Amino acid sequence: MTGYARVPAAEIVSVALDDFTALYHRASGITHLVTSPVPELLDVLEEAPLGLGEIAARLAAVFEVEDEDALAVRLDELVAAGLVVRT
Amino acid sequence: MTMMVAGPAVRHSFAVRIGPVGFRVGSDWRTPIAALETLYADYPAPADDVPDFSVRLFARRPWRRFVRPAVMIGGDYVLPEAAPLPLAQGLLAAEMGMNLQMALGQRRYLLLHASAVERDGRALLMTGMSGAGKSTLAALLGRRGWRLMGDEFALIDPETGLVHAFPRLVSLKNAAIGVVERAIPDARFGPLMRATPKGDIRHLVPAAEAIARMEEPARPALILFPRYGFEPAERPVAPSEVFVRLTQASTNYTALGEPGFAALTRLVETLPARAIDYPDAESAIAQVERLWAAL
Repeated sequence: MTGYARVPAAEIVSVALDDFTALYHRASGITHLVTSPVPELLDVLEEAPLGLGEIAARLAAVFEVEDEDALAVRLDELVAAGLVVRT
Repeated sequence: MTMMVAGPAVRHSFAVRIGPVGFRVGSDWRTPIAALETLYADYPAPADDVPDFSVRLFARRPWRRFVRPAVMIGGDYVLPEAAPLPLAQGLLAAEMGMNLQMALGQRRYLLLHASAVERDGRALLMTGMSGAGKSTLAALLGRRGWRLMGDEFALIDPETGLVHAFPRLVSLKNAAIGVVERAIPDARFGPLMRATPKGDIRHLVPAAEAIARMEEPARPALILFPRYGFEPAERPVAPSEVFVRLTQASTNYTALGEPGFAALTRLVETLPARAIDYPDAESAIAQVERLWAAL
């Protein structure tokens, strides 16, 4: 089963600006300017991988999650950005 | 950031300290060096006589020095596509070379492409596109109760968050030349250089106070994004927009890594920011004074 984990918390410096949050990724030196749902997604992820169903269930407390495919697309974007690891 | 040792000996040279940064300019010709000596006459030498950056103005080929003089800009950091300038624009070449060394080599400070003026220990930063008027406004404010800290680069110390002055010669372009000549007729100016790659250019020597107090940093208090050529207007700028604009205005944000991120987010979180549109310099100065008084 595909699982998603966030990179270790110590690798990310996060500063909430307004609707946007600035994330500095120490490992890559890249700054990401992100908006909802990225901060919420990173909040519910853990350093141990979680399955899509579990992530959707946790997010449901904050958001209405329409379908898991859309959620997977968002997560894969974060994988591409280096902020999330897929196993 | 060492002095250049390769290549033929430099025939003429000049060293100066602007704020915390020492420069040495070497040249194959006497003329640009003489202009620098005149315009930077009141500035000190680099600390311990060791420059942070070296700039070289050299002939593209040896014979060009005599036949049709053209100035190539060199130094510790070089843009390969830099085009030669005619010798009459040698002062501009020196200034471009100094800016280039700063933009590419500065590691101690977060460099913002911004002008800065100070009053009561607090600094106003102004940044915007070329032509927005940041140099003109800083030059005029620098004669009206503010201390000019710089018209091109604001140096933010990542450790303290303070802005350090870099009061080089103010570079006035095109219509700004006449505006400032009329507003400050008793100021010292460099030669008028027409039709350079940047348009008409004339340098203004900062007021004596700007040079005498250039080692005094200030606490940033307000950031403005001026825009020239519009009816007077102003709007608050959201922190995320300030963040994006300042990363774009910084020449070394990426190179500084995490200290740069920390310095920039600190500015964004602590400074009020306004975009101001203005039709002429007097209108802009009135807007600045009103916004400053309301802090």
